[in-house]
Amino acid sequence: MLKQPIAALAEKVRSGELAAAELAEASIAAIERDDARLGAYLTRSFDALRARAAELDARRARGDDLGRLAGVPIGVKDALATRGLATTCGSKILVGPRGQRWLPPYDATAVTRLLAEGAVLTGKCNMDEFAMGSSNENSAFFPARNPRDPSRTPGGSSGGSAVSVAAGMTPGALGSDTGGSVRQPAAFTGVVGVKPTYGRVSRYGLVAFASSLDVVSPFARDVRSAALLTEVISGHDPRDSTSAPRPVGAFVAACERSIEGLRIGVPSQYFAAGLAAEVEDSVRRALDAAAKAGATLVPVSLPHTEHAVAVYYVLAAAEASSNLSRFDGVRFGARRDGADLAELYERTRAEGFGPEVERRIILGAYVLSHGYYDAYYLKAQRVRTLLARDFDAAFADVDVIAAPTTPTTAFSLGEKLDDPLTMYLSDVYTLPASLAGLPAMSLPSFDAPPVDGRPSLPVGLQLIARAFDEETMFRAARGVERALEER
Amino acid sequence: MASGYEAVIGLEVHAQLLTRTKLFCGCATSFGDAPNTHVCPVCLGLPGALPVMNAEAARLAVRVAVALGLDVHEESTFERKNYFYPDLPKGYQISQYARPFSTSGHLELETAQGTKRAVIQRVHLEEDAGKSVHGAGGESIVDLNRAGTPLVEIVGEPDLRSPEEASAYLRALRDVLMFVGANDGNLEEGSFRCDANVSVRRPGEPLGTRCEIKNVNSFRFVERAIAFEIARQIELVETGRRVVQETRGWNERDETTYSLRSMEEAHDYRYFPDPDLPPLVLSRELVDRERAALPELPRVKRARYQALGLTPYDAKVLTAHPAIAAWFDDASSAYGGDAKRLANFVQTEALSGVTLRGLGAELPASSTQLADLMKLVDAGTISGKQAKEVYAAIAGTARAPAEIVAERGMAVVSDEAELTRLCERVLADNAKSVESYRAGKTGLFGFFVGAVMKATRGSANPEIVNRVLKRLLG
Ligand SMILES: [Zn+2]
Repeated sequence: MLKQPIAALAEKVRSGELAAAELAEASIAAIERDDARLGAYLTRSFDALRARAAELDARRARGDDLGRLAGVPIGVKDALATRGLATTCGSKILVGPRGQRWLPPYDATAVTRLLAEGAVLTGKCNMDEFAMGSSNENSAFFPARNPRDPSRTPGGSSGGSAVSVAAGMTPGALGSDTGGSVRQPAAFTGVVGVKPTYGRVSRYGLVAFASSLDVVSPFARDVRSAALLTEVISGHDPRDSTSAPRPVGAFVAACERSIEGLRIGVPSQYFAAGLAAEVEDSVRRALDAAAKAGATLVPVSLPHTEHAVAVYYVLAAAEASSNLSRFDGVRFGARRDGADLAELYERTRAEGFGPEVERRIILGAYVLSHGYYDAYYLKAQRVRTLLARDFDAAFADVDVIAAPTTPTTAFSLGEKLDDPLTMYLSDVYTLPASLAGLPAMSLPSFDAPPVDGRPSLPVGLQLIARAFDEETMFRAARGVERALEER
Repeated sequence: MASGYEAVIGLEVHAQLLTRTKLFCGCATSFGDAPNTHVCPVCLGLPGALPVMNAEAARLAVRVAVALGLDVHEESTFERKNYFYPDLPKGYQISQYARPFSTSGHLELETAQGTKRAVIQRVHLEEDAGKSVHGAGGESIVDLNRAGTPLVEIVGEPDLRSPEEASAYLRALRDVLMFVGANDGNLEEGSFRCDANVSVRRPGEPLGTRCEIKNVNSFRFVERAIAFEIARQIELVETGRRVVQETRGWNERDETTYSLRSMEEAHDYRYFPDPDLPPLVLSRELVDRERAALPELPRVKRARYQALGLTPYDAKVLTAHPAIAAWFDDASSAYGGDAKRLANFVQTEALSGVTLRGLGAELPASSTQLADLMKLVDAGTISGKQAKEVYAAIAGTARAPAEIVAERGMAVVSDEAELTRLCERVLADNAKSVESYRAGKTGLFGFFVGAVMKATRGSANPEIVNRVLKRLLG
């Protein structure tokens, strides 16, 4: 039941064919059945879920319109503030001295918008601590596992949210994408993950990792469901000065437009050394299918792609080093007392943050420090501009760009844990769109076939569009999805 | 200056802008309330909260900049100044650094050598921190009501050469900020705070090593702290020692400065543009509007008062506070008579009853009451002496001076025929004195005037009495 398209489920609840309570119970049953094995949830909010589902059913009985997400269970990444519902951002630093998790006094704007359309929340999804990671292994609690092969990672940092959708626990989920944190787990678990344009969705209530890159981003099982969630959470928010005061497009409607005549750019730099053969094969076959459906494939070049990893790790770390200063043991979360103030800070932060977070804070503080700022931070900003210009030039000729989402399929848990650099390089295809602020998404391509006892694994096709042109991106995505369905 | 040294002083002033709400959230900027009652997720620095710029703060900041003749830039940047302190909830202060919203202005101040023009390097916007209160038992309490209050930092060039010039600069700057309605000028409560950079050198030599004196909270102490610091540095140089670049505090009790931290321990604030805030855009229209709406600044006002016949001292007293100046201006225009007479009356009778509260004031009488009272004197209805009595009766009430005059039968007797009869009677009653007067004891004239005034209980118009007596005494 939970694997149906979101619009269909909501319609059934609105019409009374399906009670919100039934849908909620199905979701609870799925989580109780599978989550001990998969680790998608850090906090379950089943009591609140049942109460809210009952309230929705009562409202429907009174004749209320419940909204476009009526009764639809949604899992929310633990990086988003939820009023009165524990929020840890995957970190022990938001867990108080007596084990109490931080209870935000407010909802993130994206969550408010979901609730306003009748969605119900199942709980808070697992993630890499402070969204820093590509495998969910940096969660301070436990790693999430890939439903297709639990010995493998579901990706990260929004791993729990991806698993919730991929395992059929919820039809949709919210994550956040800073350098690929939604697209990469979507690719690894075989679902759709959408990073809207930077500024399209309010960041209010999203615990900041890298403010100039963070985008609240949804997961769903199919393109139209993902378009619906994107449409609901998008729009200007006066509480976020970086949110764009522009009208939201008709994303769901755009899915119905044919891809005939659509010009799809294929960047040579994304099909280079390091790309696994089975991923390349899958993506090329998907593109062929799109071409057969009437799209035109156009080679394009994004020459600065290779610098994206370096630029990203300088800028994201710089912003993170400052964003995470507020976790100081003074006002909320963990505190380890010390002999003096400096010791309180040191002990609280040393014990509260995991090694990857610590690494990035140190890196970030370094690139911003006196004497190094120009060589690292400023230079990275300049190269960021060049990366954005690459896209501008390419979009002069094409409507959308298609590429693999990741160079490989899901890797095994523990495989890259001791090698941060290799872990960073696995984000190489998702970072450029983040740095350019462009809308990008991952949708399932053909699975990579089983090899050497490894099961078949999902492969993600990434689509990147012009800023604020999610409509074209969804049109292309649904076109590809339709072409793959028809095969 | 002692033994041929020159002091080089530059001042940095932090002034709170009088907005209703904080710089980046909707919390009220009120002071003296219970700790942590004006806070929200944004100014508490809760995870996920984001700053949104207060347009009113931008407007007031622009007003300060145009009042000081600075160039206001259409685009400027907010940056994060990173450091850890319990009263700094986010672990960084949102400030302006590489691209402040205004640069290059000046301030005119009165010194012993005349008017001096001090250059202001920049004025930028930033948020205030909260307050740490340290208890006797070693515990610390953080009150975040003040966190996020808008500040302008006004950075002066090191153009000042003496403690007296420094305090003149501060007074002139505070005057401007108060008269444009941007700041209440309260040093004790910290809404106007000053840091002083001080160095010494022999004239013509390059700048000496400077020390920064932090947070001195009165004009008098600023002067003394700088004087102490100059003497300390000269003493060091004279005895062949070195001035160490450092931040120094002011000890009020000993009236000395002491080392807070050396520059080796100085923070690296790791400034970088705040990614949560787009560039601050200040339109040409906003700047023009604020410039056009600029009220008369205190220096201009003082010059105008002097042109009206007031002494420099009068002008200074009446421009000591914008509410007093406004009161005087309103009364003066409602009155329309001799401004100097009004100024005298205000200073001798009315000023002592004024209670100042921030930029506002509780005034003992309205400008209309003052003007009406002065008009009664000018018309000869009451005497100057009676005016004081009438003023005492109207102060603190809404009553019109004419009411008091009527009620107390105070109207001056100006009827010449009646006064002539009265004078004749007084002269008849004092025939001997009249003889003596006519014999040459002209000093008795005052005696006759006094007798007439006494007979009228002071209500006779003295001019007419004088004229009539002179005529009758021939
Ligand atoms: Zn606030």
